[in-house]
Amino acid sequence: MTIHYTADHEWIAVDGDVATVGITDHAQSALGDLVFVQLPAVGRELEKGTEAAVVESVKAASEVLAPLSGTILEVNVGLSADPALVNSDPMGAGWLFKLLISEPVEITTLLSKDTYEAGLR
Amino acid sequence: MLAAVPSNLRRLPLHELHTRHGAKFMPFAHYEMPVNYRAGVLKEHLHTRAAASLFDVSHMGQILIRSRGHSTMHDVALALESIMPIDVISLKDGRQRYGFLTTMTGGIRDDLMVVNLGRQFLLIVNASCKAEDEAYLSERLSKYGQVQPLADRVLLALQGPRAAEVLAELTADIARLRFMDATEFALQGVACWVTRSGYTGEDGFEISVPTKAAMSLAERLLTSPHVRLAGLGARDSLRLEAGLCLYGADIDLDTTPVQAALEWAIPAARRTGGARAGGFPGAGIILTQLEQGAPDRRVGLSSDQRPVRASTPLFLDEASDMPCGRVTSGGFGPSLHSPVAMGYVPSTQAKPGTRLWAQVRGQRFAVTVARLPFIAHRYQR
Repeated sequence: MTIHYTADHEWIAVDGDVATVGITDHAQSALGDLVFVQLPAVGRELEKGTEAAVVESVKAASEVLAPLSGTILEVNVGLSADPALVNSDPMGAGWLFKLLISEPVEITTLLSKDTYEAGLR
Repeated sequence: MLAAVPSNLRRLPLHELHTRHGAKFMPFAHYEMPVNYRAGVLKEHLHTRAAASLFDVSHMGQILIRSRGHSTMHDVALALESIMPIDVISLKDGRQRYGFLTTMTGGIRDDLMVVNLGRQFLLIVNASCKAEDEAYLSERLSKYGQVQPLADRVLLALQGPRAAEVLAELTADIARLRFMDATEFALQGVACWVTRSGYTGEDGFEISVPTKAAMSLAERLLTSPHVRLAGLGARDSLRLEAGLCLYGADIDLDTTPVQAALEWAIPAARRTGGARAGGFPGAGIILTQLEQGAPDRRVGLSSDQRPVRASTPLFLDEASDMPCGRVTSGGFGPSLHSPVAMGYVPSTQAKPGTRLWAQVRGQRFAVTVARLPFIAHRYQR
C-alpha cells in the first residue's frame, strides 16, 4: 500500500483499486477543532476534482475534493458522532471515505510524501 | 484550504506576546489578529466560560471626546444624541452605555460603547469603522466637542467568571464596579480606564491601558493560573452564543435598529412623545418602525447537527424557490455543543420555535427560530 498526497492537503492510501482518503495532519491543525463532517453517499460516482466531502471546524467550512475519479465504497460513519477523530488521528481513525478507482492513470498526478512536505515549507 | 496572511496589515502593539504564545494570525479589519493560540478555538471558548480569558482587542477604535471652548459635557452629550438614538444626557459619570450611529435611512453606521469618564467621553468603536467614525464624529461634533482618536493605547478584555478575582489582585477596588460601570484605576502604578463589560456574555472587564504599560499588565494577568489567552475565533463563538451582533455581519448600513432587534437600546426619552424624541439621523423611519414594526427581524437560529454559516439562504418551506431570509452569522457553539446562528427572517416568522429551511451546498434542512441569547448572560449587575 502506498500513501500519496495532494496539494490540497489530502492523503490517499492506494491498495489495489481501492483508495482511502483523509486530510493531512497539517490540514487538521490549520482548520482547528472539527465539529461536523459531511460525507458522500455510498455508491456515488465522483470525478477527480469535484467536491466529495465537507469538513467544518469551529472557524470555517472546507471542501474536500475527490483526489481521484471513482465510486464511493464506504464512508467513515464514526465521524458523525465524533468529528474530532480527524484532529486526533487524521491519518488513521479519522479517514473520510474509500473509493473504487475508475481511472488508475490519475494516480500519477498525486504527490509523494517528500513533494507534499516540501510544499509546506 | 489555507490562506497566507497578507503583508500590508497592521500589527497589534502586543504582537510579540501573541507570537510567543503560539498565535495563529488572520487578517481582520486591516489588522493581523490572533485567531487562536495553541489550545485552539474550542478550548479557549470553554475556558472563558469556566475561568477567565485575556483577549487583545486593540484593533478597536478608542476615541476621546472633550468639550470645546465654553461648551460643557452636557453640550457634548446633546451633540452625541444628535447622531445616536440613545440617552447620553442621563449617562452618569462612571457609567457606560451601548449605542449606535444611525444613517439618514435608518441604517446602522456603527455600533459602539459610550463611556462617561467625568470630564470626557470615551467611545469604543469597531475596527472596521474607526477611520470613518473619526471623520464623521469630527464633522458632526466640531461645534461642541474635540474629537481625539487614541493611537497609543491597548485595549485588553479579561472575560469570564474568575475575571473579577484575578483583577482584584491588582486593585481590590475593582469589586465595587457593577456591570457597565467605568472608572480610572491605577493598575501596576499606571492609570487605566476599566469598564465592567465585554463581548462574551460573561462577567468581565475591558481595560484601556497606555501602550508602554500594556505588555507588563498583560503578562501580569497571565501569571494567574485562571487566565489564558483567547483569540478572535473564541471571541466570535462566545459573542454568537451570547446573541451579540457583529458589525458588518449582523448589522450594517442596510439594517435598522428595529430590524436588528436592538430597540432595547432606544429609551422612551428618544421615542415619539419622549422628552428628546427624534433628532437623530433616520429618526423618521426608526420611530415609525418602533411603533409599527419592521418587515423583517434578527433572530437566533438553531439546527440539529450541521452548522449554518453567514449568507446561507433561508426558505419558508422545503420546496420554495425564493429565499425569505438569510443567515448573518453562524457556526458551532462549543458551550451548547450544537450549531448556533443569527439571521434575518420575515417578522411574521420571528417567533421562537418557528421552523424554516436552510440551504447549504444544495441541500435543504430544517432550522428553528431560537430565543436569544443562546447562553444566559452572567453580568454582575
